[in-house]
Amino acid sequence: MALPRRTYGPKDWLQWLSPVPNPDLVTRSGALLYMEDVTVSFDGFKAIDKLNFYVDDGELRCVIGPNGAGKSTMMDIITGKTRPDKGSVFYGQRLDLLKMSEPEIAQAGIGRKFQKPSVFETQSVFHNLELAMAGSKKVLPTLKAKLKGEDRDRISEVLEIIGLEEECWRDAGSLSHGQKQWLEIGMLLMQRPKLLLIDEPVAGMTHQEMNRTGELVTSLAGKHSVVVVEHDMDFVRSIARKVTVLHQGSVLAEGTMDQIQHDPRVVEVYLGEAAC
Amino acid sequence: MQEREPVFNRPTVLFLGVLCVCSAAVAASNLMFPEGSALHLSIYTVTLLGKYLTYALLAVSVDLIWGYLGILSLGHAAFFGLGGYAMGMYLMRQIGARGVYGNPVLPDFMVFLNWKELPWFWHGMDSFPFAMLMVLLIPALLAFIFGWFAFSSRVKGVYLSIVTQALTYALMLAFFRNEMGFGGNNGLTDFKDLLGFSLQSDGMRVILFSASALALAGGFLLCRCIVTSKLGRVCTAIRDAEDRTRFLGYKVERVKVFVFTVSAVLAGIAGALYVPQVGIINPGEFSPLNSIELVIWVAIGGRGTLVGAVVGALLVNYGKTYFTAVLPEVWLFALGALFVLVTMFLPRGVIGLFKRGKEATS
Repeated sequence: MALPRRTYGPKDWLQWLSPVPNPDLVTRSGALLYMEDVTVSFDGFKAIDKLNFYVDDGELRCVIGPNGAGKSTMMDIITGKTRPDKGSVFYGQRLDLLKMSEPEIAQAGIGRKFQKPSVFETQSVFHNLELAMAGSKKVLPTLKAKLKGEDRDRISEVLEIIGLEEECWRDAGSLSHGQKQWLEIGMLLMQRPKLLLIDEPVAGMTHQEMNRTGELVTSLAGKHSVVVVEHDMDFVRSIARKVTVLHQGSVLAEGTMDQIQHDPRVVEVYLGEAAC
Repeated sequence: MQEREPVFNRPTVLFLGVLCVCSAAVAASNLMFPEGSALHLSIYTVTLLGKYLTYALLAVSVDLIWGYLGILSLGHAAFFGLGGYAMGMYLMRQIGARGVYGNPVLPDFMVFLNWKELPWFWHGMDSFPFAMLMVLLIPALLAFIFGWFAFSSRVKGVYLSIVTQALTYALMLAFFRNEMGFGGNNGLTDFKDLLGFSLQSDGMRVILFSASALALAGGFLLCRCIVTSKLGRVCTAIRDAEDRTRFLGYKVERVKVFVFTVSAVLAGIAGALYVPQVGIINPGEFSPLNSIELVIWVAIGGRGTLVGAVVGALLVNYGKTYFTAVLPEVWLFALGALFVLVTMFLPRGVIGLFKRGKEATS
């Protein structure tokens, strides 16, 4: 059969309840995420002001900026948590993220890691990953879901990537802070996302943990596009290829770490102390 | 540690075994031993135990949503009451011409209010299968609609608890009104028989007791199936980190609506079994106090364990029967003190005691 076939089930009249069918992600021009002219204000305060931001397929991008520059708000917009007042946000060329709900965006392949590690503390590492696994997230299929051999392979693959094989059956609540962060990145990986949004991955980590996180994040780029929001300049320097500086809700500068560090505007608003 | 927790784990097998043996023993001791024998249980006791079992099922239904999904419903007695009213309506229609006024169609209170015709919602309630369908459907429908609106507007935590409280309070006020057509203040009572058998007969009482035990076992197993499935783990995930679950792509609202509806149906069944055993249903069942007490049973037993809910319901209700007979004025204080003590010293409830013991020895 050359043509894709749609099977019609008895529940077709319930179609309006199910997620919008996901057209193939088109990334022909190379860009995976487009944010154009996006503006958001909270009670008159413009958290994001005419922001233009593009992420290429397979890229590793770091986003830096002082507190209140709009980094987290930008993540919120991409994941559907906050709706912009103006502007457009496209994932690939066809998927309009502004028309999708949070779960739909997650299903479409955008994974987000929160600032605070948020894993399911009362469940084992294995079960945390299992819950995150790509696949049907509807109520009844979940009720009947059985774990298949390939699912197990996928879980052990991710356990290896994040280096938590030994902790497989431990409750996530008993992991160290760094391990929780890795587990959460692993949970994102289980969803087979195209785009990973990682919010402050190394906050509160030891140097060793930070190095391992750096390795982990760089190893993910290529297969996935990765956007890292981070405060820690050492960490950004160690992983960054391209850096975007946000200031007062819009892009102040974009380029390699070297270019950024020598940009006088950036030095003024952000790197001031760090560069001295 | 394992990938899947089996449905029949040790506490479950133990609980079902104990429930089966005890119920069989209670039924047998009433039916097989003559009155006056040391092994005879009076029919009063059997009915009382049957009532406890329906409470236990109600507690299980609350534990399903509170213990596993983190939704603290302070209005769950509403679904219990609705199931009870559906059963009560059937029992009223069964009275037929034997009522005080002898009207073959209209229940006594309608004759008393000078109503000439049966309200539309009373039609069909004379058929047992239809009435039983309503027992399931009405709580389910209310839970579905209520859940749909409450959960999709992301009402949660203490706000949701207050809304559920308001729900049951509103129902209580509505059912108090005579114009509602549910007997107002007095509710529905004076039942004669069920499926043609007298409700006063010992046989019927033992059957109702056994049906309650069966319903408890069935409801318990259903909950066990849900909580051991992947959906059950999604529920605990929602309880522990709702946003995280949503960003994983789960439709948190739908999971909540589904589980909430299942829980309401179980509560409705419990209510339907409760009414023929106590012989009355009135708007007092919707009282917010009942729903709060119910949450206390679960807290005392140990939430998130299912078995704990049963243990809590049985213990507290036994305590209530005992104390209200011996020292009626201290009961509420005792209940309050019990709740405070359990919260302070046994955060995992009575069941937590056993678990701690097991962990210490292993």
